[in-house]
Amino acid sequence: MAKLSRNWGPLHPVADDETDRLAKSDLPRERQLEIYRYLKLNRMTEDRLSNLYRQGKVVGGLYSSRGQEAISVGSACALEPQDIVGPLIRNLGTMFVRGVQPREVMMQYMARADGPTGGKDVNTHFGDLKRGLVAPISMLGALIPVMAGIALAGRMQKKNLVALTYIGDGGTSTGDFHEGLNFAAVLNVPFVLIAEHNGYAYSTPAAKQMRVKNIVTRAAAYGIPGEMVDGNDVLAVYETTKRAVDRARSGAGPTLIEAKTFRMKGHAEHDDAGYVPPELFEDWKKKDPIDRFERHLLANSLATEEDLKQIVTEIDEVLNREVDAALASPMPPPERAFEGVYAE
Amino acid sequence: MITYIEAIRQALWEEMEQDERVFLIGQDIGIYGGAFRATAGLLDRFGPERVIDSPISESAMIGTAIGAAMMGMRPVVEMQFIDFIACGFNQIYNFAGPNHYRWGQSVPLVVRGPSGGGVRGSNFHSQNPESIFQHGPGLKIVAPGTAVDARGLLKAAIRDPNPVLFFEHKFLYRRIKEEIAEGDGLVPIGKANLARTGRDLSVITYGAMLHVALEAAGRLEADGIDLEVLDLRTIKPLDDEAILATVRKTSRVLVLTEEQRSGSVAGEVAARISEHAFEWLDSPVVRLCCPDTPIPYSPTLEDAYLPNVDKLVAKVRELASY
Repeated sequence: MAKLSRNWGPLHPVADDETDRLAKSDLPRERQLEIYRYLKLNRMTEDRLSNLYRQGKVVGGLYSSRGQEAISVGSACALEPQDIVGPLIRNLGTMFVRGVQPREVMMQYMARADGPTGGKDVNTHFGDLKRGLVAPISMLGALIPVMAGIALAGRMQKKNLVALTYIGDGGTSTGDFHEGLNFAAVLNVPFVLIAEHNGYAYSTPAAKQMRVKNIVTRAAAYGIPGEMVDGNDVLAVYETTKRAVDRARSGAGPTLIEAKTFRMKGHAEHDDAGYVPPELFEDWKKKDPIDRFERHLLANSLATEEDLKQIVTEIDEVLNREVDAALASPMPPPERAFEGVYAE
Repeated sequence: MITYIEAIRQALWEEMEQDERVFLIGQDIGIYGGAFRATAGLLDRFGPERVIDSPISESAMIGTAIGAAMMGMRPVVEMQFIDFIACGFNQIYNFAGPNHYRWGQSVPLVVRGPSGGGVRGSNFHSQNPESIFQHGPGLKIVAPGTAVDARGLLKAAIRDPNPVLFFEHKFLYRRIKEEIAEGDGLVPIGKANLARTGRDLSVITYGAMLHVALEAAGRLEADGIDLEVLDLRTIKPLDDEAILATVRKTSRVLVLTEEQRSGSVAGEVAARISEHAFEWLDSPVVRLCCPDTPIPYSPTLEDAYLPNVDKLVAKVRELASY
């Protein structure tokens, strides 16, 4: 278990002085700056998407991972190229680490012809096994057994790979969470499940979702190790995931990681989250994972203000190009609606 | 001569023998060899990595198989009784079925198991759930009525790049025996079989009802009614060509299936006929199905529930004189 100063309940962040310092990590400066770049890319892309949404360019809903970026980026950076990950709706950062380009996400959100699904599916619902990405379905929990099956196949094919996916606090209430994690444990496959405990499932607080304070206690029910981590500390997420991934790769089976965090926006863009007590947003804003990582980089002389500004400027330029490219893509031709139901 | 269940066991055995990507997941399929012995001896031959005994978790069994299938494996999942496929509905209907359409990733998965009644299994060991899945885009559905077809279609299902639901009929498991020819004996998915040629009236059917139709045909000869029997074999995609061909030939059609009547495969077949061959018909398309009740247990009740030769003969006589 990662050392934590106390046993958190889901909605009570630890006081600043206790946790602003990030976990110890031997990651070299370049890797840490790369992590910073992905964190910013994640947030800045979502900000651009918010703009596109307000302009009426996004078709349907828009989902944000604001406040949770460290979990996606930190965990994905702990994976090897042969590993396979199943991101959910709030794991855009994971997709970027695996090589997805912002324009792919933008085209997907705008239902364009050149997007990864050519307008056939929404938001982050796309995958590409060549980049180790599996598309989710909206029914939560369903990816857990599917990713366990990826891990099983990887073992049969001797690919030395680890499969990783995510679930929210709400998603842990599904049958597939139980069935999938139990079967993965019984099969002892190389699988890591990260439960992002962000306090709310749409409008439903975690206390109405479960009686346990910490999702991680459920690991015991499956006979597998569980680790709890500060989900707003990208280095802690990285180190914790790395331990679980290494353990899985060594043949020691699955791990359940619980990452404590907070959803800083509503369920989706249309939702003002009026049901969340404002002080929770205020408390958690102080623990913003990107701000904290910036303070860490500066305090430890891993970067100067100038370095960070430079990274932000570069991302801005990239996003300008990506938005233009995405907007230039046409809507798909109607006849495409009838194609591709079956594989040939 | 081999039985229907042995034909299934052979198909699994041969496909596993010639393709190391094929593996099995199911409850009690290992040391026990499966509730109906479809996997007897496979654990000894292929080992526990390829014959995986599962917890009682239909959704996880199917979900795990979907993951492995996307990785290029060829998983075959056994439902101990096909009724339990309901517990894995989401994985089949929402994950496997639409996957290729949604993001281009194929799911070469087979889910197989014993369906059907006539064995006093009551409501949870007798169902025919094919019509529920018939609605699901991206799925293929197969329901063989002979041992030869069971072997050839299961092999085709395992080699198909799409998710295939393979509905065996448990009433036939040990009641029919057939000669199996040398070789693969592949039966293409999507092709119906004209099981009996006749000129007066067509019965379109599949599964165990095929044998009811053939027996009725023999009896109706005495009445001077020459029955044509079309065995669909594949429920999805339906063989429209074969269906319309028999309609054009006899101009009278009875669709015989062992499912509750509402929202049935029989209804879909009847709709296609009326849309595409209305001008060829001399009488309404008639369905003989089960009533819209759960499946009863007691022999007197189940016999009242299921179609049989007597009911079919009566219905055919009625239709022939329309």
